[in-house]
Amino acid sequence: MKIIAKTLVGALALTTALAAPLKADPTAEVLHYWTSGGEAQAVKALQEAFLARGGSWVDAPVAGGGGDAQAAVLRARVLAGDPPAAVQIKGPNIQEWADAGALGDLSAVAEAQNWDDVLPAAIQDIVKYEGNYVAVPVNVHRVDWIWANPEVLAQVGATVPTTWDEFNETADKLLAAGIIPLAHGGQPWQDATVFETVVLGIGGVDFYRKALVDLDMEALGSDTMVAVFDQMRKMRGYVDPDFPGRDWNLATAMVMRGEAAMQIMGDWAKGEFAAAGMVPGVDYVCASTPSDNGYLLNSDSFAMFNVSGDDNVEGQALLAELILGTEFQETFNLLKGSIPARTDVPRGEFDECAIKSMDDMVAAAEGDTLLGSMAHEIAQAGAVRGAFIDVATAHFNSDMSSQDAVSQLVDAIKLAQ
Amino acid sequence: MTRPPFSLTDRIARLLPQIVVAPGFAAILFFVYGFIIWTGYISLTNSKMLPNYSLIGFRPYERLFQMDRWSVALENLFVFGVLFILAAIVIGCLLAVLLDQKIRAEGFIRTIYLYPMAISFIITGTAWKWIMNPSLGLETVVRGWGWESFSFGWTNDSTLAVYALVMAAVWQSAGFVMALFLSALRSVDQDIIKAASLDGASPWKIYIRIILPSMRPVFMSAIVILSHLAIKSFDLVVALTGGGPGYASTLPANFMYEMTFRRNEIGVGAASAMVMLATVAAIMVPYLYSELRGKKHG
Repeated sequence: MKIIAKTLVGALALTTALAAPLKADPTAEVLHYWTSGGEAQAVKALQEAFLARGGSWVDAPVAGGGGDAQAAVLRARVLAGDPPAAVQIKGPNIQEWADAGALGDLSAVAEAQNWDDVLPAAIQDIVKYEGNYVAVPVNVHRVDWIWANPEVLAQVGATVPTTWDEFNETADKLLAAGIIPLAHGGQPWQDATVFETVVLGIGGVDFYRKALVDLDMEALGSDTMVAVFDQMRKMRGYVDPDFPGRDWNLATAMVMRGEAAMQIMGDWAKGEFAAAGMVPGVDYVCASTPSDNGYLLNSDSFAMFNVSGDDNVEGQALLAELILGTEFQETFNLLKGSIPARTDVPRGEFDECAIKSMDDMVAAAEGDTLLGSMAHEIAQAGAVRGAFIDVATAHFNSDMSSQDAVSQLVDAIKLAQ
Repeated sequence: MTRPPFSLTDRIARLLPQIVVAPGFAAILFFVYGFIIWTGYISLTNSKMLPNYSLIGFRPYERLFQMDRWSVALENLFVFGVLFILAAIVIGCLLAVLLDQKIRAEGFIRTIYLYPMAISFIITGTAWKWIMNPSLGLETVVRGWGWESFSFGWTNDSTLAVYALVMAAVWQSAGFVMALFLSALRSVDQDIIKAASLDGASPWKIYIRIILPSMRPVFMSAIVILSHLAIKSFDLVVALTGGGPGYASTLPANFMYEMTFRRNEIGVGAASAMVMLATVAAIMVPYLYSELRGKKHG
């Protein structure tokens, strides 16, 4: 058996040596869950760029479950000592894998490409471990958006609200006119998405940071949090009775068809409007949810795992360079509907909403109001995120009082830590 | 006198049954019981994202039972399990008795009732989700007929969602229970029935006093099959309610999946799996015990 294996390895080495006598062959295996629509096209763009630079791309897509299936594959591969070069993971999960000693160091590429100068500090924090880059950000999705149908709002003489009081006022008017004010899908992550925008809006940037990022127990149990749940209770009255279980894109369609006035959702919703041939600023309006210049970001990234062999190391470095390169950041994000993670990408091709998002991100980075999303696994992941989502969704889908919700939240977060 | 020597072929022939069964036996030993032991061990560790092998005692179980989501899941399992098993048996039994009345086109009707069993729970769940959707399904239809106060939005109501699960599961399984009972009804000794009716017993009495009691083993198998269906129910919840509204209709299997694969809480996930195993054992062990003892005596 051993002899056969040795002969095989020898033969393989010989053929490789014959085929490419001088040049190394940068190879990278990429594990990702972008398998449909614009996302699949976006990955293909990366693959083409990688091949154009002489690399060999080993594609390892794992469809389904929003990454759950991929996580299982990744765990098994790492435990077996055979990790892929690049894996699509994000937020605190990057830190967890780095803690486990599984991630490589990208300092050399980062220095050569001046990553420190082109990435906002808040994004650097996500992809760095102990000061070194271990992952590469691909894009930024903004979470705190209101997608509104201007015609429907005009029916009650309103525009997109800029404060939560105004939001409630407009919503009451819409209700009175028999229009659904808020298109919403009652899935836990969607409830949590609305919840975090309300935390940011009612509590402010500092409160968001204390409560959702630093998990400060005082902030979590404070009267401000009670006010947040009070607002959530009001929002519950603004959704239609059929909301439980509805997918987010169906809620977006309600806004498009004029059945509902607004939806609070990340900017992946833009893809739905674009697919229906609608024009931003005319057929639909994108505006940030009311807050003091806060910006909730969701950023996809590729974490780079420890690989061995010159070909693999070289392939990984090339991949990292390409992912954060201006060119790929532009093509990829145009296809995916997000905005580039680096701030110096030409803006010509992007639409109105994307440009607003870019401007706001730069401003937020300067004003230190750029925050990671809790619902989308940037500020929190795993058990803590789950605890937030549980309480937000349990409150939204029952008649729990705000006081009870706050005390349940404090208990759940303590338990999850 | 010389004993005929055992030839190699003889030996192989004698050992053949063991040889054939051995790989399967070893695989089951490893993949089923081995991993049960592994899960039990992991449930006593502080495993988060990756398995971690240093023991910390029963802390994962403590955390498990402090989680509201778990109490909801466990409570739902009891409500769902009891109602599902009872309703499926009562309806299945009733259907079997009615079909047993030598009616016309029995084969055709039997097939119709048995058919839902051929559908996976995902399809059943999706179909019932549409039926129970207030603006798509039955509610709109009935209101359209003029019954304005009719309400059937069970999946959208936290307190009713678990009953929606029961309804869909019973719809799927009652036909199967019917088939079980029907074959048992047919195997009851006709002479006893004839004797009873000669003695003047009414058909109703014959069923209650003679036929159903003689079917006790079938009741037992039905309960065992249905209870393990109930405990491992996962796909029906995913398709019908998604565990919602909120997590009001989540079941332990969904909880285990959520913790282990989504929340980096492998320890707590393993603990919940062990509790589920204990629940199954609580039902299966007494059953196996009584069955095996019965065989010895009989």
